[in-house]
Amino acid sequence: MTTPLLEARNVNKAFGGVHAVENVSVSLMPGEVVALLGHNGAGKSTFIKMLSGVFPADSGQILIDGKSVDIRSPHDAQELGIETIHQTLALADNLDAVSNLFLGREQTDRFGFLDTEAMEHGARQTIERMRLRIPSLNASVRSMSGGQRQAVAIARALHFNARILIMDEPTAALGPEETKNVGLLIQELKRQGLGIFLISHDMHDVFQLSDRITVMKSGRLVGSYPTKELTQDDALEMIILGRKPARFAAATA
Amino acid sequence: MTTVSQPVSSSSKVLPRLLRAIGGGHADTRLMAMVGVLALIWLCANILTGGVFLSPRNLFNLSLQVSVVAIMASGMILVIVTRHIDLSVGSQVGFLGVLGGLVQSVWLPDSVHAWWIASLVILGGGVFIGLIQGALVAYARIPSFVVTLGGLLFLRNAAYELNDGTTIAPLSEIFQILGGGQNGVLGGPLSWLFAFVVAGIVVGSLVRKHRRKRRLGIQKPLQASDYFSAAAWCACAFGFVAIVNSYNKPGTDEPMGMAFPVLILIAVTAAMTLVAKRHRFGRHVFAVGGDPQSARLTGINTQRVVLKVFALMGLLSGLASIVLTARLNAAASGAGTMMELYVIAAAVIGGTSLAGGAGTILGGCVGALIMQSLQSAMVLLGIPSPTQSMVLAGVLVVAVWIDTMWRERRPS
Repeated sequence: MTTPLLEARNVNKAFGGVHAVENVSVSLMPGEVVALLGHNGAGKSTFIKMLSGVFPADSGQILIDGKSVDIRSPHDAQELGIETIHQTLALADNLDAVSNLFLGREQTDRFGFLDTEAMEHGARQTIERMRLRIPSLNASVRSMSGGQRQAVAIARALHFNARILIMDEPTAALGPEETKNVGLLIQELKRQGLGIFLISHDMHDVFQLSDRITVMKSGRLVGSYPTKELTQDDALEMIILGRKPARFAAATA
Repeated sequence: MTTVSQPVSSSSKVLPRLLRAIGGGHADTRLMAMVGVLALIWLCANILTGGVFLSPRNLFNLSLQVSVVAIMASGMILVIVTRHIDLSVGSQVGFLGVLGGLVQSVWLPDSVHAWWIASLVILGGGVFIGLIQGALVAYARIPSFVVTLGGLLFLRNAAYELNDGTTIAPLSEIFQILGGGQNGVLGGPLSWLFAFVVAGIVVGSLVRKHRRKRRLGIQKPLQASDYFSAAAWCACAFGFVAIVNSYNKPGTDEPMGMAFPVLILIAVTAAMTLVAKRHRFGRHVFAVGGDPQSARLTGINTQRVVLKVFALMGLLSGLASIVLTARLNAAASGAGTMMELYVIAAAVIGGTSLAGGAGTILGGCVGALIMQSLQSAMVLLGIPSPTQSMVLAGVLVVAVWIDTMWRERRPS
């Protein structure tokens, strides 16, 4: 058995008295797309945020390539090759596409002065490689459409050779055409061996794109099964009732 | 495939178009509009004062007065860009001035080194104050309005306590040079040299830009706006030197030339513009101001950015305090009273958005110049000081109103 790219073991996170994530264990193989499903408040986003360094886990272990790692900040996560496309996209609206792409990871000389040409060149290459469409690299992202802003966030996640990609509702703000492109992109990244966590409410997307479906409810893991073994009704049952479909429950009980 | 197109102009008004045409599409139209307003103020003031306003003597004094406020405005712009405010800068000036006065006149009264030791103490004290306030804002998460309101009250009275409210004077003679008195000027020849240096830098950067763009294979490396702004900068440099050189030291025919505070202001403005536009720190400041949550998610240490911004503000308050106390040749605990409002007004009139994320250092300079020009004109016209303040208050509110409309019209 190969080592998972990323493995979370018994991860916990509480805010005040509320257990947002309780004893969750999930793993992600190279080239695998794992869909995370659950109601709002099920703990998906909290779980994801521990992986992307927004806040540290209270307890539990996160392993990358089988080695235990400590993720305490977004910077730590980036260093480990974990890139996140947040639901909010996390763009600074007042800055242009290139600035956003390199935000927090600017190319500079040794005095900290920006190498704008190198960054623009790098941005252009990534955008072309990913076949993304961004009208102007030097216009503030405020003036861009939802799809274009999405493209900037995707370019940022992929520019730095991510190994693990977290996509939180990547298609929520997109039209059908753009949604299709995101789907194609995910398949392409899969081929390149990236591991992808996909959070989505769109059942169609989830069944089309994911290899495995992991369901959470009230901070706990309900179950994790290969997508092709599940029906949409099974998934809905897990999400709504928070229990494994009867035929799996018997097998693992 | 990437498709790169020019952003479509949403405006159909003639004036912005004209300005953009002059600027080849890249000029800061807002800044140019402000310079236009400034020119209008100067013209009107000159007519109303019967030619006194634009006399070399008045312009020389104006350049001195504007230095203190504009030095601080460049720091305040970054503070406001990060969605914070520093109400304590006027009190910082007073407190740090008294501290520097004590060093020179009480602790090291006869030392030739007093001037630079005092200056270092003032600058260090400014950074220290900034770090404390910044830490309270960034790490203790107390709203900056509250922290610096406390700072305003605390420092002003600490300044009083330091020396029982008495004014310390005179100060070290070398120290006075920093204030731009009769000894604090470059004189004629050196001032001309300065103008040539500025012109050299401007032309040099134009050549560099040309080479760089050529290398990237751009057909027409320089736009009309590049030539226009280079010419404007050279004209400003030579024009200003010509003016201050035609103002003679009283009782002699020796020209005053450029005053040290103005040199300090120019250095600060240039350095701060570089920091804001070309440095990683400036980029992070604008990112934090544009969207603090997003900035954090991208791995920027937003708390440290805010801490540094306040420390930088303290450093610049210290610098302004040096210039002011040196010019007055006295360290008084009341120095800089109400200055926070002038500084904030200069930043805001200069186009810094109180919502954060937008502002330019040069805009703040022009804002300070507009404020100070209005005040200078009113002084020359014999308008009483309370009325002056009322007018400036009105100008501030109207400026923000115009700014709001401007932004609504041009979302990008």
